[in-house]
Amino acid sequence: MGISNLIFALFLGAATFLFGKNLLIIRRNILLGRDIDRTDNPSKRWKTMARVALGQSKMVVRPVAAILHFFVYVGFVIINIEVLEIVIDGLFGTHRIFAFLGGFYDFLIGFFEILAFLVLVSCIIFLIRRNIVQIKRFVMKEMDGWPKTDANLILVFEVLLMSAFLLMQAADLNLQNLGAEHYVKAGSFPISSHFAFLFEGMSLETIHLIERGLWWFHILGILGFMNYLPYSKHFHILLAFPNVYYSKLDAKGSLTNMASVKAEVQMMMDPNADPFAAPPEGADEEEPQRFGAKDVNDLNWLQLMNAYSCTECGRCTSECPASQTGKLLSPRKIMMDTRDRLEEYGKNLDENSADSEDGKFLLDDYITREELWACTSCNACTQACPINIDPLAIILDMRRYLVMEESAAPTELNMMFSNVENNGAPWQFPAVDRLNWKDEH
Amino acid sequence: MENKSTKLVVPTMAEMMATGENPDVLFWVGCAGSFDDRAKKITKAFVKILNHLDYKFAVLGAEESCSGDPAKRAGNEFLFQMQAMANIEVMNAYDVKRIVTTCPHCFNTIKNEYPELGGKFEVVHHTQLLQALIDEERLTVSGGAFKGKKITFHDPCYLGRANEVYEAPRSLIESLDAELVEMKRCKSRGFCCGAGGAQMFKEPEKGNKDINIERTEEALETKPDIIATGCPFCNTMMTDGVKNKEKEDEVEVMDLAEMIANAIDI
Ligand code: SF4
Ligand code: SF4
Repeated sequence: MGISNLIFALFLGAATFLFGKNLLIIRRNILLGRDIDRTDNPSKRWKTMARVALGQSKMVVRPVAAILHFFVYVGFVIINIEVLEIVIDGLFGTHRIFAFLGGFYDFLIGFFEILAFLVLVSCIIFLIRRNIVQIKRFVMKEMDGWPKTDANLILVFEVLLMSAFLLMQAADLNLQNLGAEHYVKAGSFPISSHFAFLFEGMSLETIHLIERGLWWFHILGILGFMNYLPYSKHFHILLAFPNVYYSKLDAKGSLTNMASVKAEVQMMMDPNADPFAAPPEGADEEEPQRFGAKDVNDLNWLQLMNAYSCTECGRCTSECPASQTGKLLSPRKIMMDTRDRLEEYGKNLDENSADSEDGKFLLDDYITREELWACTSCNACTQACPINIDPLAIILDMRRYLVMEESAAPTELNMMFSNVENNGAPWQFPAVDRLNWKDEH
Repeated sequence: MENKSTKLVVPTMAEMMATGENPDVLFWVGCAGSFDDRAKKITKAFVKILNHLDYKFAVLGAEESCSGDPAKRAGNEFLFQMQAMANIEVMNAYDVKRIVTTCPHCFNTIKNEYPELGGKFEVVHHTQLLQALIDEERLTVSGGAFKGKKITFHDPCYLGRANEVYEAPRSLIESLDAELVEMKRCKSRGFCCGAGGAQMFKEPEKGNKDINIERTEEALETKPDIIATGCPFCNTMMTDGVKNKEKEDEVEVMDLAEMIANAIDI
């Protein structure tokens, strides 16, 4: 093992350690959420995951984006097989360790090249769509600043990585042709052979130096990119799968019945119940939970996982009737706010004691009441989301908090509530008049 | 296209019970269908069809109470569950098995949210029942006044996306020999009328347009003779939209029940 192998091993170890550490923080943050049972119906869940996450079935609604994204997605997954070889080579000082696979190896490398090229082209088109064509959903207010930079950084990263890979291949081809020691004749070069001329006239040493430079750039880039994920919307490449697996299987219109409320209502409606009866043994040991959600820890872990999975693609917002008519509400922003607040909440836990509060909340400090009241619960957002994120569930939980803990519904809604309560209809009509229509002409 | 007026026969569950009878279906009228002037016409049209077929149904009448949908979606889970449990108690006492309703909100809530609270019923939307009756050849419909008319269908969110009922209303339109023209955003991508989630009962938040206007404009782009709906709230929103665009003389907003009643000339 030479010195360069040692350096490589150090980088690899450090990158993996750091990444693992950040993964654990995200896991901890997600688990700050309340419990929700999603262990039911595993076979349907696996199928949904295969169809929606693996099969990208909800992307096809927008065919151009779907095809480009498909290239990047497949390219990313498959080219990572090549990273395995790079890592082994890096650790043991070998070169093209899998070359013994012969024709199959040549096929694989050729295939990787084609994929890398497709990824490269797709990312460039994506950059154009975001920055030059300025497709509406990419330039809305909530994308200003870091989200926009994040999206561009991801694309630039990929362009650089793919370019490095292809150029490295081109250099390798030259070295193979020049008969350089150590460079086995292996692989195929359907794309990079077109760039081989770039190295014409260079000495073997220069090409070798460039090839090594690109090799290091490529692998360090990948390790760096990996460590960028936890800070980026690109984290969806990992969480999209569990996120879809655990997503809601019921009809979209079905909203959860709150169990805590059910217990109380049953008690109120039971003529035999004694409202002054002592609570059952041990029932009041735990602090009673808030009704609904004021902060991220009032949401359940799936809602928090949703926030970490969001790709900020804006498909939800571009179908949302409130967003599309100029209201403040944007379902994408609901998800971005939830993630931002959760990160802040987690940081506060790390920096201060476990039960310290920072005086901030998801409600009002991030998501305003005006946004929450603009939702029509139409489910356009959940339908549009390519990875089954449910912004409506968060909106509803926050409304529940506003109504049941703060009695802070808009006046007209309070009037509606009291009508329903007093005469069983949202308007002021008595129940005895319910059949009047029968005799009206 | 006002429907003719005939004496409606509308037995209540209590009356049926008293005579020892059991209806084939409970017609859940809903609050809009009971009290809103426009929606009452839909209720009556649907009852006319049921009467015309001698379909054995009953209503709860004064024993019906708000399904709780607007309270739930506005965040008042207490009120929702109180309403739900009271309704479930009444219906279970009558041993109700099947429910039909002209309101997609009631449809959704009773179908999806009541079971866990103890109310397990088979629930259908009126367009589904009408479609089934046509399929069984109990109801024969021909175009009548609708023949060749251009009709666009506005998918109610709580019928379409929420419960994936897209075909029944459309095949009803086809049975009228009419030309079904789809809006750009339809079926699973249908655009809300703006009334859901308890928005019906409050002023919209500020923006640059009202949702129902956006949707009406899209509907009008198809140059329809009729905008068909299957929800009393969508009906109100689209009717207001058409009035706002001063198109009420050219374009009618109708519920499918009204169209079928009109087509079979009752
Ligand atoms: S459910 Fe609410 S947030 Fe989602 S698209 Fe509809 S109005 Fe927008
Ligand atoms: S919630 Fe879904 S649709 Fe909306 S931005 Fe995030 S990933 Fe895209």
